[in-house]
Amino acid sequence: MLLNIRNLHVSIEGKEIVKGLDLSVNNGEVHAIMGPNGTGKSTLALAIAGKGEYTITQGEIIYKGKNINNMPPEDRAREGIFLGFQYPVEIPGVSITNFMRTAINEHREYKGLPPISAPEFLAKMEDKKKLVEIQSKLTNRSVNEGFSGGEKKKNEIFQMAMLEPTLSILDETDSGLDIDALRVVANGVNKLRTKENAFVIITHYQRLLEYIVPDFVHVLYDGRIVKSGGKRLAVELEEKGYDWIKKEFEMN
Amino acid sequence: MSKQNKNIALKNKLINLFEENKNSIFKNEPQYISNLRNQAIEKFYQLGFPTTKMEGWRNTDLTKALSKNYNHFFSSKQNDVDVEELFKCEIHDFDTDIVSFLNGFYVNGNSQLRTMSDGTIVGSLAKAIKQYPEIFENYYNKNVQSDKNAFVTLNTAFAQDGLFIYVPDGVEVNKAIQMVSIINHNENLFIQNRNLIILGKNSRLTLVHCDDSINQQSSFNNSVTEIFVEENANLDHYKLQNLNNDSTLINSTFVYQKAGSNASTNSITLNGGLIRNDTFVKLNGQMCDANVYGVYLMDKTQHIDNHVFIDHVEPNCSSNELFKGILDEDATGVFNGHVLVRRNAQKTRAFQSNKNILLTDTASIDTQPFLEIYADDVKCGHGATVGQLDTEAMFYLRSRGITEANAKLLLMYAFAAEVINKISIKPLRDRIDDMVKKRLRGELSICDKCVLHCGSPAKEIHFDIDMSKV
Ligand SMILES: Nc1ncnc2c1ncn2[C@@H]1O[C@H](COP(=O)(O)OP(=O)(O)OP(=O)(O)O)[C@@H](O)[C@H]1O
Ligand SMILES: [Mg+2]
Repeated sequence: MLLNIRNLHVSIEGKEIVKGLDLSVNNGEVHAIMGPNGTGKSTLALAIAGKGEYTITQGEIIYKGKNINNMPPEDRAREGIFLGFQYPVEIPGVSITNFMRTAINEHREYKGLPPISAPEFLAKMEDKKKLVEIQSKLTNRSVNEGFSGGEKKKNEIFQMAMLEPTLSILDETDSGLDIDALRVVANGVNKLRTKENAFVIITHYQRLLEYIVPDFVHVLYDGRIVKSGGKRLAVELEEKGYDWIKKEFEMN
Repeated sequence: MSKQNKNIALKNKLINLFEENKNSIFKNEPQYISNLRNQAIEKFYQLGFPTTKMEGWRNTDLTKALSKNYNHFFSSKQNDVDVEELFKCEIHDFDTDIVSFLNGFYVNGNSQLRTMSDGTIVGSLAKAIKQYPEIFENYYNKNVQSDKNAFVTLNTAFAQDGLFIYVPDGVEVNKAIQMVSIINHNENLFIQNRNLIILGKNSRLTLVHCDDSINQQSSFNNSVTEIFVEENANLDHYKLQNLNNDSTLINSTFVYQKAGSNASTNSITLNGGLIRNDTFVKLNGQMCDANVYGVYLMDKTQHIDNHVFIDHVEPNCSSNELFKGILDEDATGVFNGHVLVRRNAQKTRAFQSNKNILLTDTASIDTQPFLEIYADDVKCGHGATVGQLDTEAMFYLRSRGITEANAKLLLMYAFAAEVINKISIKPLRDRIDDMVKKRLRGELSICDKCVLHCGSPAKEIHFDIDMSKV
């Protein structure tokens, strides 16, 4: 099992947001997480990535057989975890090129490899830019600075492609994308799918799941996964909304 | 001893030193220079050293620096070091004419004053006073605050040597001129460096002024630079400061600009015990541009004080100030930007910005951008920020596998880069860039001298890629 989350409780500033969540992801699987606004989806994603203020009060996150509750975020990344942010951060003065070169070299150092050569790096950049069809000039700009909403999301997928993670968590990467961009992003993800790599896709829309077909769909409500099913669950949610889930939840 | 008494002790010592030596040391000088000295010492006697009770010095306390015991020499002490060795360095990609000073005095060797093929005169101020008295009568001590600035008066009384440059009308000096001023002595030194730079009409000059120290000995350098930029001339001026933690540098720069001229100064402070950069720019003709930039990276108990005064006298000029600083540990800083727009200076554009990052709770900055405007048709703006490193950006970088230390470096460097990127000469920009990175990584030593590239090439910065070299 690649990721095994057991009875996870996460608090932010003393307020419990994730309240006893279980989730298992095997290599090669695609999981979709859906659920109403403010129920803890991003909190879960950020807790897996290791954000400091997100305190794990109970339970554990087991990744590749190891408890990573206290692992610093950079080590999680170098162990193969990638988070596509719902709200990517703007970093003035740091170009995407330098950012990615640093990141790749940090990954390589962690693995005991020498730094990537400049030609090899540039070839890789070109290759991955094509994959997500992003404009060349974008990579010379500061990270996310002045990017449109869609450009930011494409940039997340570009970084994912560059870093070749084992577990990718994409938090609403489809929000704000036009129809063509959505297809591009989905194609990008599909090209990176292997028997080893797994994806956790947080989304509000079933449309993305037409392109990236999930093995499992989960509904996150009130800090817990309250329902899981196959890809048809997403269609059902799109048709019926969340009210019936909420009712079911309250009855239990 | 009280604060005041200590200051007075050094003051009296200096005044006595002047009186005892004036007849022997300054005897062969033109009369007007001697007159200036006598007036200046009298004024210094009245003013005394600034204290924290005085406007402009409230947050910069000189007590400790002034209470040390200094030696003050009237001639160069170069016999005890191997001067050749000290300045023997190779320069990569950046071809400059180097003028070297050791402990405030021109370093012997080449002729003290050179006239280059284009007519530009470069060399020792001591020699130039004798050789070009008419130039001195027109310019020397003409645009300094000789009636109210204690350090200027002290400097005028004692000054013997420094850099002299005269660029004739219409001459564009191709090679940058680099002044390397090194302090290296086995006793505490008090140095009075004096520079006079004149750019004739339609001329152009790039000047790099480096203040370096080699050992850990205390020093006090009271440096005064007068710069005259005549009609339509262009000056690009860089100050690089990499001094030891027991050094004090008071760097007063007076820029006088005439119509249509451009002057840009950029102070890069990498290390130093107490550094005060006082920059005065007078825009005394129409269509002038002045840019005053600075970046400072301080830690330990270091103190940096950037004071900028820009005087818009005539209409249609612009001035632009940008100072950025990162203060770590117990470092303290001051920024004081004062732009004066006089009644006649319509259509002035003046902008001031000071941005700071404090890395600890104990580091501090006192920042005061200030506009004083008497004209009604102007565009002016000012702003100051004090903050920490952006924690969201830190997490974003770390979530991509970048260690906390390197993420911090990337963000600090990105912050400083805004000023570094304003350096227009690429090899110089690359060198300073490299020094800033080294400084941020804590690897810069005080013997890393300026643009002089000693020893092995800098090691590759792994977060940097230069697309042009691929
Ligand atoms: N830094 C924070 N401080 C305090 N409360 C927070 C913080 N971050 C999130 N929350 C709260 O935690 C709850 C869950 O937020 P989260 O972002 O995980 O929701 P979400 O399921 O991703 O919602 P959406 O679908 O709108 O993206 C919300 O009530 C939110 O206000
Ligand atoms: Mg969310």
